[in-house]
Amino acid sequence: MLFAPTPMHIPDGFLSTLVAVILWVLAVPVIAVSLRRVNRDLGEREVPVMGVLAAAIFAGQMLNFTVTGGTSGHLIGGALATIVLGPWAAVLVMTCVVAVQALIFQDGGLLALGANLFNMAIIAPFVAYAVYRLIQRVANGRSWTLFVGGFAAAWASVFVASLATALQLAASGTSPANVAVPAMAGIHALIGIGEGLITTGALALIFAARRDLLQRDAAPSTRSNTPVWVGGGLLALALVILSPLASAHPDGLEWVAEQKGFIDTAQGSLYNVIPDYVFPGISNEAAATILAGIVGALIVLGAAVALTASRRKQAKA
Amino acid sequence: MSQPSVEIVDLHYAYPDGHSALSAVHLHLHPGEKVALVGPNGAGKSTLLLHLNGILSHQTGELRICGLDVNAKNLGRVRALVGLVFQSPDDQLFSPTVFDDVAFGPIYQGLKPAQVDERVHAALSQVHMEEYARRVSHHLSVGEKKRIALATVLAMQPEVLALDEPSAGLDPRARRTLIHLLSEMPQTMLVATHDLPMVRELFTRTVVMDQGRVVADGPTAQILRDAALLEAHGLEMP
Amino acid sequence: MHVHFLDPYQDRPSLLHRLDARVKLLAALAFILTTSLTPPGIWAVYLLLLAGVVAAELLSDIPLGYYQKRALLALPFILAALPLPFTVSGTPLWTVSLGAWSLTASQEGVVRLLSIAFKSWISLQAAVVLVSTTAFPDLLMALRALRLPRLLVAIIGLMWRYLFVMVDEALRLMRARTARSGESAQAGLRPGGSVLWRARVAGGMAGSLFLRSIERSDRIYMAMLARGYDGEVRSSSTPRVPGREWLILTLFLFLLGALLALSLLLRAS
Ligand SMILES: Nc1ncnc2c1ncn2[C@@H]1O[C@H](COP(=O)(O)OP(=O)(O)O)[C@@H](O)[C@H]1O
Ligand SMILES: [Mg+2]
Repeated sequence: MLFAPTPMHIPDGFLSTLVAVILWVLAVPVIAVSLRRVNRDLGEREVPVMGVLAAAIFAGQMLNFTVTGGTSGHLIGGALATIVLGPWAAVLVMTCVVAVQALIFQDGGLLALGANLFNMAIIAPFVAYAVYRLIQRVANGRSWTLFVGGFAAAWASVFVASLATALQLAASGTSPANVAVPAMAGIHALIGIGEGLITTGALALIFAARRDLLQRDAAPSTRSNTPVWVGGGLLALALVILSPLASAHPDGLEWVAEQKGFIDTAQGSLYNVIPDYVFPGISNEAAATILAGIVGALIVLGAAVALTASRRKQAKA
Repeated sequence: MSQPSVEIVDLHYAYPDGHSALSAVHLHLHPGEKVALVGPNGAGKSTLLLHLNGILSHQTGELRICGLDVNAKNLGRVRALVGLVFQSPDDQLFSPTVFDDVAFGPIYQGLKPAQVDERVHAALSQVHMEEYARRVSHHLSVGEKKRIALATVLAMQPEVLALDEPSAGLDPRARRTLIHLLSEMPQTMLVATHDLPMVRELFTRTVVMDQGRVVADGPTAQILRDAALLEAHGLEMP
Repeated sequence: MHVHFLDPYQDRPSLLHRLDARVKLLAALAFILTTSLTPPGIWAVYLLLLAGVVAAELLSDIPLGYYQKRALLALPFILAALPLPFTVSGTPLWTVSLGAWSLTASQEGVVRLLSIAFKSWISLQAAVVLVSTTAFPDLLMALRALRLPRLLVAIIGLMWRYLFVMVDEALRLMRARTARSGESAQAGLRPGGSVLWRARVAGGMAGSLFLRSIERSDRIYMAMLARGYDGEVRSSSTPRVPGREWLILTLFLFLLGALLALSLLLRAS
């Protein structure tokens, strides 16, 4: 396989439409801001730099190492991109990576893309940035903070993003919170260690070869990144507090799922519009509708087969 | 004479996309023999070298290194016996420092730290780069990188060196240094190259490949004199 | 590596391949949205949706097996939904007892699990049909037509251009690592090194890939400047969608709407 699928790319079908749409609405403005911010910082270099680095992160996700026996760890890259490029550029790079994975490789759904972007291209870099800045501040810029901070940022980015994923699945009624949260959190607490180690290794190389790339703290734009690390910190905090709560009270999220908002409501009103309609002459309704479904399906398929066959004949003639 | 270092019998290989890259390749290398592998781009030289080390596995035929069959069971041993140096040194140097890169093989083999140190220094001194151990690979010149790449496999103490276009992209002085280095090495060598002057200087035997086949195999002096043969396979008389 | 490694079927002359990328993108998105909106357990509609996507697969002139192989990708994710039969309350179906524990599966839970699996299966197939019959530049053009910011489309386009270069680079790095992963003849040595060390080596590879890309992007930028790039992303004007294809799209959307209405009707009854 070209890439190692992580258990974090949600496929279509696993999120309720409402949850998927809400996450699109949350993700789009952040990506729009990142596009503008990076354009301000990089100017006309934005397209080549972001494009090539997105390709690099995509390819970098193939780099793996054996953990034990048949299992292996591999890079995800959100934290690495954040530490080297800054949070906004990381959002943009990860957006391209996650979008291409969904569009071309079907790793993650198209309707679910908003959620996947939110988790992997927004939460992960924001949380990584918040953790990294916090540790740097506490340690007052000593050089080891690059590695300790890098490890912690990478671990936290994976862990917190997985909590968000679990909550979204729970809110969609796809997976009960008291199963999804501990399972996702448990797996990603481990995956996060691998991510932390790889990220640290990558930072060590970049630190040895091009220290200048990592010393962006003096850059004027860092100060205006305060909203990011405050936002990232709050997001992380909220998810970390919310997850055990949801897990302890799975019915709470179940309730959200049951509401499923406007769709069911819309359905309710639709039922009122459509008069009680009974198919004439059919006693067992369920069986009849499925039978009708099968007949319809066969007709559609038959038409497709006939059409292709006639085209083949034309091509041969 | 003892068993051959490299023994290839009727080797065939097609890439997963169906492109046949090697067909009916026969080749025997005796211990200590230095052999040049020449031929146009796409002849299959790199593909053949990748087989020596079990990176690509042959579909039919036989392949033995120092008497060991190259198969899943012996892969670990074969990889230590054959030092494969890739064309682009950037692919081979992926650690922060030169020391870490050269130490990869010995650490992987499970040697103790003191032994690893010893191997690294021995390998670096063989390529005359001892003082580079603490340097950052990323900043070195192409010539230096190529020598470090050579050291990364020498540290595994291989019996066979398989080098892919070692002199490509080097300036005359770096090329000269490399030729000196190679002439000093006692290992069996199979070197893919387009550098025919180097072939004449360094190798007693030359193998010509084209379209996945060995089309000539003999003493270098004789092959480099055969204008018709060279021209037929896209080479120029040096 | 070559693009064809991924898309062995992209330049076939089928009906679906010739359809405008914008039409296909909208149709696929609408299909997935409809599937998502269909309530759980409306099997008749699910079957019709499946027939729709399989019909598209037939029209694309690509072996069905290829689609099914790629559609398996989401399979592992089903794990997330597996507990549903036991956690959704409703009509009891069967009970598993494990010593002191007993789990009761409900009919509603099973229906929901199967619905999720089915929906994800057909949505995935729709996405595969889209990419297998559409060349990437056309897909980019379609994204632009959907009002995706030009800059983002340009970045994704450049990313695509270098994706295979980078993937090759990553593969070569891994190949070089494999080549040196040898075992000593010395007895009693355990090859492989520690996990920590292996992770650090992989990190070094990622770091050097990243670093070289940063440096490469500088060179690419200069090459773009040399050819007159001024930061403004210009795109050639996009051709109009032929009227006939609009008609196809409208018809398709209408059908999807009808299916949705049908599913709500069936659910209400
Ligand atoms: N990964 C690959 N997939 C398919 N074909 C390949 C691959 N690598 C090389 N080839 C083809 O195999 C043939 C031999 O290539 P190679 O061994 O690299 O030649 P050389 O090193 O002699 O220039 C060429 O035709 C090349 O196009
Ligand atoms: Mg070659």
